[in-house]
Amino acid sequence: MISKKTEALDAVAIRFAGDSGDGMQITGDQFTGTTALVGNDLATFPDFPAEIRAPAGSLFGVSGFQINFSSREVYTPGDRPDVLVAMNPAALRTNLPDLKPGGILILNTEQFNEKNLERAGYQTDPQADGSLSSFRVYPVDITGMTLKAISDIGLNQRAAVRSKNFFALGLVYWMFNRPIEHTLEWIQKKFAPELAAANERALKAGYHYGETAEIFTHNYTVEQAPITPGRYRRISGNEALGLGLLAAAELSGLELFLGSYPITPASDVLHFLSQQKHLGVKTFQAEDEIAAVAAALGAAYAGGLGVTTTSGPGMALKAEAINLALMLELPLIICDIQRAGPSTGLPTKTEQADLLQVMFGRNGESPLVVLAAKSPGDCFWTAIEAVRIAVRQMVPVIILTDGYLANGAEPWPIPQMSEIPRIPVQFRTDPEGFKPYLRDEMLSRPWAVPGTPGLEHRIGGLEKQHETGNISYDPQNHEFMVKLRAEKVRKVADLLPPTVVDGDAEGDMLVIGWGCSDGAIKSAVAGMRARGHRIGHVQLRHLNPFPNDLGDILGRFRKVLVPELNMGQLAMLLRARYVIDVHSFTKVQGKPFQEIEIRDAIGAQLEAN
Amino acid sequence: MSLYPNLPPTDASALQRKDFQTNQDVRWCPGCGDYSILAQIQRTMPELGIPKENYVFISGIGCSSRFPYYMDTFGMHTIHGRAPAIATGVKTLRPDLQVWVVTGDGDAMSIGGNHFIHTLRRNVDLKILMFNNRIYGLTKGQYSPTSEQGKKTKSTPMGSVDYPFNPISLALAAEATFVARSVDVDAKHLQEMITRMARHKGTAFLEIYQNCNIFNDGAFDYLTDRKTKVEHELKLEHGKPVRFGPGGAKGIALNNRLEPIVVDVAEHGEDRLLVHDETNQSLAFLLSRLVHPDFPTPLGVFHMRERPSYDQLVQAQVDEAKKRSPVGSVQALLDAGETWTVR
Repeated sequence: MISKKTEALDAVAIRFAGDSGDGMQITGDQFTGTTALVGNDLATFPDFPAEIRAPAGSLFGVSGFQINFSSREVYTPGDRPDVLVAMNPAALRTNLPDLKPGGILILNTEQFNEKNLERAGYQTDPQADGSLSSFRVYPVDITGMTLKAISDIGLNQRAAVRSKNFFALGLVYWMFNRPIEHTLEWIQKKFAPELAAANERALKAGYHYGETAEIFTHNYTVEQAPITPGRYRRISGNEALGLGLLAAAELSGLELFLGSYPITPASDVLHFLSQQKHLGVKTFQAEDEIAAVAAALGAAYAGGLGVTTTSGPGMALKAEAINLALMLELPLIICDIQRAGPSTGLPTKTEQADLLQVMFGRNGESPLVVLAAKSPGDCFWTAIEAVRIAVRQMVPVIILTDGYLANGAEPWPIPQMSEIPRIPVQFRTDPEGFKPYLRDEMLSRPWAVPGTPGLEHRIGGLEKQHETGNISYDPQNHEFMVKLRAEKVRKVADLLPPTVVDGDAEGDMLVIGWGCSDGAIKSAVAGMRARGHRIGHVQLRHLNPFPNDLGDILGRFRKVLVPELNMGQLAMLLRARYVIDVHSFTKVQGKPFQEIEIRDAIGAQLEAN
Repeated sequence: MSLYPNLPPTDASALQRKDFQTNQDVRWCPGCGDYSILAQIQRTMPELGIPKENYVFISGIGCSSRFPYYMDTFGMHTIHGRAPAIATGVKTLRPDLQVWVVTGDGDAMSIGGNHFIHTLRRNVDLKILMFNNRIYGLTKGQYSPTSEQGKKTKSTPMGSVDYPFNPISLALAAEATFVARSVDVDAKHLQEMITRMARHKGTAFLEIYQNCNIFNDGAFDYLTDRKTKVEHELKLEHGKPVRFGPGGAKGIALNNRLEPIVVDVAEHGEDRLLVHDETNQSLAFLLSRLVHPDFPTPLGVFHMRERPSYDQLVQAQVDEAKKRSPVGSVQALLDAGETWTVR
C-alpha cells in the first residue's frame, strides 16, 4: 500500500450533485451521519428538484446536497463548496459556478458522453477544453469501477449502476479520513442482502481507490469541534417540529391530533407523527387542506392538542378555518413550512414570504400569535413554546419554518424532558358561574370541553356578546370584542423573557433577522465585528406580538438592517410599528442566504449615509 | 394519561324535551319547516339514553345551521360547508361523544361537497341531518345544487341550466352505511328516523325535505298535502314489497331492462314487486332513482350496513401500537437512533 500524507483542515464544505435518481440525498445524509459521529460541528443543505425522477441527464433534474463541517462552530452549510462531486455533466454545469476557485472537482467520467454533454448544453467536453483549469480536477470512472467491483454479485446492469453513489461516498470518506463503519451498518439494515452486498462492495471500492490510486497524493482531516459536552443526535427541522409537538403533548397531558394534507415540504411531519401512534397520537390525512385544519380545530374543541401542518398554498386555503379558531378562542397550532411562492412557485425551494400572509391573510381584524424557528433543532423548542402560548391564551398560534430548516440537519444536544417545565392546562369543570367567554387576568377564556356535565354551551363564528358568548350584533360590543381579541394577543408579549441581542448591545448597526437566516447573519456579524464594527444581532422568534423591549433595542443602534428571503416583509412591519428607517436586504432565489451576501450588505449599509 | 374531566355522567333516564331547549329566541321565519325538525330532535334526544353532556351539535352556514343555538347541548356553529370535517376531528379525538352534524343542501352539497363525500367514505360515526329545501334561504333565494333544472331565482332569471344532485344517490355512491329520507312535517316518521340514526354505528345520513315558505314555498306540497300525499308517498319498509298509493294499490317492479316501473298490484300480482332490503346497496341505489313526478317519493331507510367506523379504527390502531410498545415516552424517542457523546 502506498502511504500518503494527511493534511489538517479547519473547515470543509462538500457538495454532492447528480441526477435526482442518483441517490445524492442518501450520500449526503450518510456523510453527515458519519461526520457527526466523528465529532465535527456541521450544517447541511439538501437541494432537490420538485420532479421525482426528472429525465436522466437534464439540467432541471439535478439534485444536490451540501455539508459544511469544521473543527470550529458551524452556523451555515457554507457559502461555496471546497469540493464538488459531479455525477454527470448537468450536475457539473449547474453547480460549478458555486465551487471555490482552486476547489476540488471529482467527475464521474463515464457520464461525460456526447449525449449527456449535449443535454447539459455543453458544446465541447469541459474536461478537455480548458474551462476547468482553475480547479483541481479528478476524473474518476465511478460507474465503470462500481460495475467492475460488483460484477460477480449478479445484479442486472440497471440495478448495478445504482450502487455508484456508494463508490463516490467511499472515495470522499477516504479523502476526508472518515470511518466507513457507520455506513456499512446502515447498508446492512436498509437493503435486501444482494443490494446490501453490492453497496458495501462499492463503498469499499471507492475508499480503496482513493487510498491506492496514483491520482490522489494526500487526504485531509478535520479535527473534532469544541462542542458543548453532552449527548447529541442529528436532527432535521421537520423531525424536530414533530418531536416538539409530541413533547408539548406530553408536557401538557393533552392528546395530540394532527390534521394534515400532503404538501411539500411539510409532509415529513405527517409521516413522522403517523409513526408515533404508541404515544397516543392520532393523525388524520384529510381530503384537503381545509378539512385538515377543520378537523384539528374540532379536536381542539374536544379538548385535544389540535395541530395542522402545511406550506404556503395550504395556508391560503386554511385562512377561513383559522379565523374561526380565533373567533372561538381555541388553542390551535398551525405550522407553515414555507416554500417559494407565489402560487405553486418552487415547491422544493425555500423562502420566507408567507409572513404577511399569516399576519394579514384573513378577513376582518384577525390578530394571532406568530412564532418563527431559527434552526432545525430550534423547531423543537418553538413547537413547545407555541403550545404553551396557545393553551395559556386560548388562541391559535402559527409556527413559521421553511424548506431549508425542514430538510437541513444539524447536530443537536438531546433535551431532557424532565428538565422542561410542564405546560399547565386546566379544563373548566365547575358549572357554578360558568360563562363561555368569561375572562381571566390575561383575557383568556375557559376551555370547557364536551362531556363535562353542566357546561353545555354554544360557540360559533358570529360575533358574540362579551362574557356570555351569545350572538350579538351590538355595534359597541363588536368594537369592544375586536379590541379585546387584539389585546389578548398583545398580552403574550408580557409573558416573554428579555430579547437576546448577540454581539454589541448598542452601536453602529442592528441586524434583525427571523427564521433560517440565523446562521448566515451570526457568521456575518461575527466577521464584521472582528473588523471593528459595533454590531448587534437579534433573531426574532416572536413576530406577533413583537417583544415589549424591541423598540428600545432598535433605538440603541445608528442603523437597522433586515435581511429576509422575501421582498421586505418584516422590514415593513418594523417600519409600521416603530416608525423608524430600517434597511431591507432581500433575496428571493429559492436559496438561503450566504454569509458573504449579508456581510457585504452590512458593509454597504455602514458606508452609506 | 388523559386530562379530560372524566366526571361521572349525568342520569340520562330523567331527561325531558325541555332539557334540550335553550333560552335563545329562535330566529327562523315563522312557518319555516325547521321548527318541526327542531321539535322532533328535542323530543327524540331524551329517549336515546345518552347523557346530555355527551351530545355535540355541529353545523355549517345557512338557515339550518343556526340549529345548535337552539339545542341546550354542546354545540358549534362553524363555517360554510366544513361541519363534517370539524365533527370528524371531534369524534376521532373523542369516540365517547355523540356527534351530530346539521347542514343544508347548499352547505353539504355545494361548498361542502368534498367533506360530505369523504366523511361518508370513511364512515366516521357522525349523524348528518341535511335539511333540503332546494334553495338558498339565508342569502335570500338563489338556486341550490338540489334545485330542479329551469328554476327561476334571483340568480337565474331565465331559469337554472344546472342539473341537480340526487343526495340519496350521492350518499350511496360515496359508500354511506346509513342513508334515509324523511320530511319536516311527518313528526312520527322523523322521530323514527332520528332514533335509527342515533343507534347506527358509522355515518348516518338523513335527507329531510324541508319547506322554505319564503323562497321556495310548496316545494314538497305534493308529498305533504293531505290530498296528494297518498299518491306520491312511498314508505320503505325492510322486508316488505315496495307498494304505495291508496290502499297500496301500486308497486315498483323492474322491466326487462332492469329499470324501475310503476305497476298495478292487482293486475300484476305482489310477486312481481321489488321487496325492500335495507342491506342491499344496489337495490337502495335503484330506489334512490325514483324521482317525482314520474315516480312516488320513497321515505325511510334506503340502506343500512355494518362496517367499523373511522374513529373506531383509528382508536384501535392507537391501542394496538400502545400494546406493542408499552413504555412509550417522548424521551425514548429523543434518545432513539444514532447518538454520540461529546466529553
